[in-house]
Amino acid sequence: MTEKHHIVSYSTLIGVWIALMILTIITVAVSRIHLGAANIWAALGIASCKSGLVIAFFMHMKYEGRLLRWCLFIALVTLAIFIGLTFFDVLYR
Amino acid sequence: MSHTPHKDYAGAKFGMWLFLFTELILFGGLFILYAVYLSRYPHEFARAGLELNVVFGTVNTLVLLTSSLSVALAITAIQRGQRQLCLGMIGFTVACALLFLINKYFEWSAKIGHGIYPNSPHLKEMPAGESVFFGLYYITTGLHGLHVLIGATLLVWVFFRVRSGRTNQDDFIVLENAGLYWHLVDLIWIFLFPLYYLLL
Amino acid sequence: MSHATENANAYHSFLENTGERTGILSWILSTDHKRIGLLYLYSVTLFFMVGVILGLLIRLELIAPGVTLFGGQTYNAIFTLHGVIMIFLFIIPGIPGAFGNLVLPIQIGAEDVAFPRLNLFSWWLYLIGAALALVAMFTGGGPPDTGWTFYVPFSTRTTTNVSLAVFAVFILGFSSILTGLNFLTTVHRLRAPGMTWGRLPLFVWSLYATAWVQVLATPILGITLVLIIAERLLGTGLFDPAKGGDPIMYQHLFWIYSHPAVYIMVLPGMGIVSDIIPVFARKPCFGYKAIAISSLAIAGAGSLVWGHHMFTSGMSDTAVLVFSLLTFIVAIPSAIKIFNWVATLYKGSISLDPPILFALAFILLFAIGGLTGLVLGAAATDIHVHDTYFVVGHFHYTMFGGTGMAFFAALHYWLPKYYGRMYNKKVATYAWVFIFIGFNVLYMSMKIVGLKGMPRRYYDYLPEFQNLNVVATVGSWILAIGLIIMFVNLWRGIRHGEKVGPNPWGGATLEWTTPSPPPTENFLEEPVVTHGPYDFKGAGIL
Repeated sequence: MTEKHHIVSYSTLIGVWIALMILTIITVAVSRIHLGAANIWAALGIASCKSGLVIAFFMHMKYEGRLLRWCLFIALVTLAIFIGLTFFDVLYR
Repeated sequence: MSHTPHKDYAGAKFGMWLFLFTELILFGGLFILYAVYLSRYPHEFARAGLELNVVFGTVNTLVLLTSSLSVALAITAIQRGQRQLCLGMIGFTVACALLFLINKYFEWSAKIGHGIYPNSPHLKEMPAGESVFFGLYYITTGLHGLHVLIGATLLVWVFFRVRSGRTNQDDFIVLENAGLYWHLVDLIWIFLFPLYYLLL
Repeated sequence: MSHATENANAYHSFLENTGERTGILSWILSTDHKRIGLLYLYSVTLFFMVGVILGLLIRLELIAPGVTLFGGQTYNAIFTLHGVIMIFLFIIPGIPGAFGNLVLPIQIGAEDVAFPRLNLFSWWLYLIGAALALVAMFTGGGPPDTGWTFYVPFSTRTTTNVSLAVFAVFILGFSSILTGLNFLTTVHRLRAPGMTWGRLPLFVWSLYATAWVQVLATPILGITLVLIIAERLLGTGLFDPAKGGDPIMYQHLFWIYSHPAVYIMVLPGMGIVSDIIPVFARKPCFGYKAIAISSLAIAGAGSLVWGHHMFTSGMSDTAVLVFSLLTFIVAIPSAIKIFNWVATLYKGSISLDPPILFALAFILLFAIGGLTGLVLGAAATDIHVHDTYFVVGHFHYTMFGGTGMAFFAALHYWLPKYYGRMYNKKVATYAWVFIFIGFNVLYMSMKIVGLKGMPRRYYDYLPEFQNLNVVATVGSWILAIGLIIMFVNLWRGIRHGEKVGPNPWGGATLEWTTPSPPPTENFLEEPVVTHGPYDFKGAGIL
């Protein structure tokens, strides 16, 4: 039984790849500038953009249903909670 | 009751994503440690990070990102019935994986040659925070490298399935799931790279 | 008419061999969820018995202060093994592996789980993990002596077989993850027509919530175990203050999994109770939605409270406050379940068969365990009772009085379905009496002696604690007698008991619509669901 699957075009994929290349160059460049604590957040922000692109297009998430997206959200929130609650200890010793 | 072999494309994909979540959390534990120790040793982490080679790191990042492209292209190719292109793209992805691992080998060899490895005498003389940085570095990149190897092996297996036609235009979930695994390996590195190589 | 009898005789029970394989291979290579369920059942029961024997040995040693049977090193190894075996080889895999596999697909009207081969692989991983644990016991430096919690720095320095044991647990964790993954996909994808989320049996809801915890929490255990091995083999020093590490970080990582793990342990048990009570009270479940949602709430909230194991570790005061507050919140959904069960019983037509006897024991004993959990969750009182026998009493009430009783309830409820034979209900009741009395004598004594200050994990203790220890040890013997009677009775029942039809208890969930034992394909015709799981009128039972 063949289901109708969404096919991501070659041009879309290559476009995403170019964006990822550019973001990589940006993140290396930004890291050369001394922003103190902001450096790590900038790096994480850019990494999040890159991973967002990989998840949405390479991993097809943009074309998937709500269930899968909710599950990803739950997994990410779970990790965030683990880190966050640990910091209630580590930051206030 | 009739016994058609049970094939559930959406179910197989869902199961694969669940597995990816477990991998995310597995590495997440290492990122928890990183976050905690970074907050405790910001300067030592920055100093230790300088020891890592940005060129190696950047090249490996570009290699993995490109390998993610190639495996995604492989999936589009098989969906369009372009078997040869698909095989080529899978092969290219595996080649990228090998290139990554070779780079890693040289990188680690250099570090170990300079006396930077877990429990080394040199590490004991360093400030504590730097020792922690490198401990985390080796475990995280080691575990990641293991996953690169596993992913590459998986893709080789899929290569043969596509070649024999068992994975094809109408039934390619195995390729798609292998691709998802590969993207996860890439995703981990996307975060690993700036956190370890670009700290300043 | 004759056509119907032809059909009834023509079905092959899953216990019979119809394929090419025969003998043991037809079982250990089977991808049939029912056979895998029985494989798990026998494996976990075997390890439960090993764990019981270790527990009895501990109690024998503690009947008098000082060395009674063996000294400190052996004692440390025995309580470590008791914990590792009971937790990783019995309680965590037990109900999902055995009863989840046996029952879940049938309860949702499916032919099997989503990934049958992966299911078999899960069981093999379980077996391999168990085998490695056994090897760790009898080779090299000897069985680990760290306690099942493997705290650093002792676990990184002791010369016993920590690395191997911890690797065994890693494999077992992988087995648990794959089972959770399988069940989640099964529930999402394989429900029969008409089996909406709102008609799922509460056992399925509980397994679903459990599966999320298995998938999202177990990987943290995985990485924690890897880190211990790295500390021991490579000297990475991530938890070693001399190298800049923080031993409290080990505790965080360990408990981030191990607290949610106790919900992996208890949620399926609660699901069993939720399924049994309506059947034996002859009343639809009170508050179906509340019980279903509270399962998810327990899974979620239970992931926020791990720090309550660490109040005395050196954690910040802020963290102590936060975790204590969150711990009180997680008591709420558990309480909701208890209220709903009691409300279901209220004005029900209760038939005191063995399944409900064990389910009622669960409710009482888990409630006691849960209330003592609040004493532990309140930071101020915890400081007094942390690492005393009060804790040991608490978790035995919840895990044994809770999950253990639910496991026994499930045995008495579902074994007649899967073997098609009934055990002696009177003998089962006698066993229950011994178990209930022995249990409370054993574990209530622990709580009292813990409040008086007896520390846990010590083979020696002050003479003033002896009386209660003697009482506890006697309690363990009464309990053991009850367990023996129970298992012998069940064993005889499934071998020689009277045959039963599809629905000996009058349940309204799907497993009671198919023959006992079920056919290999589960159903003779694909079920179409038209009523809820506790709608006895709609099922034509009342």
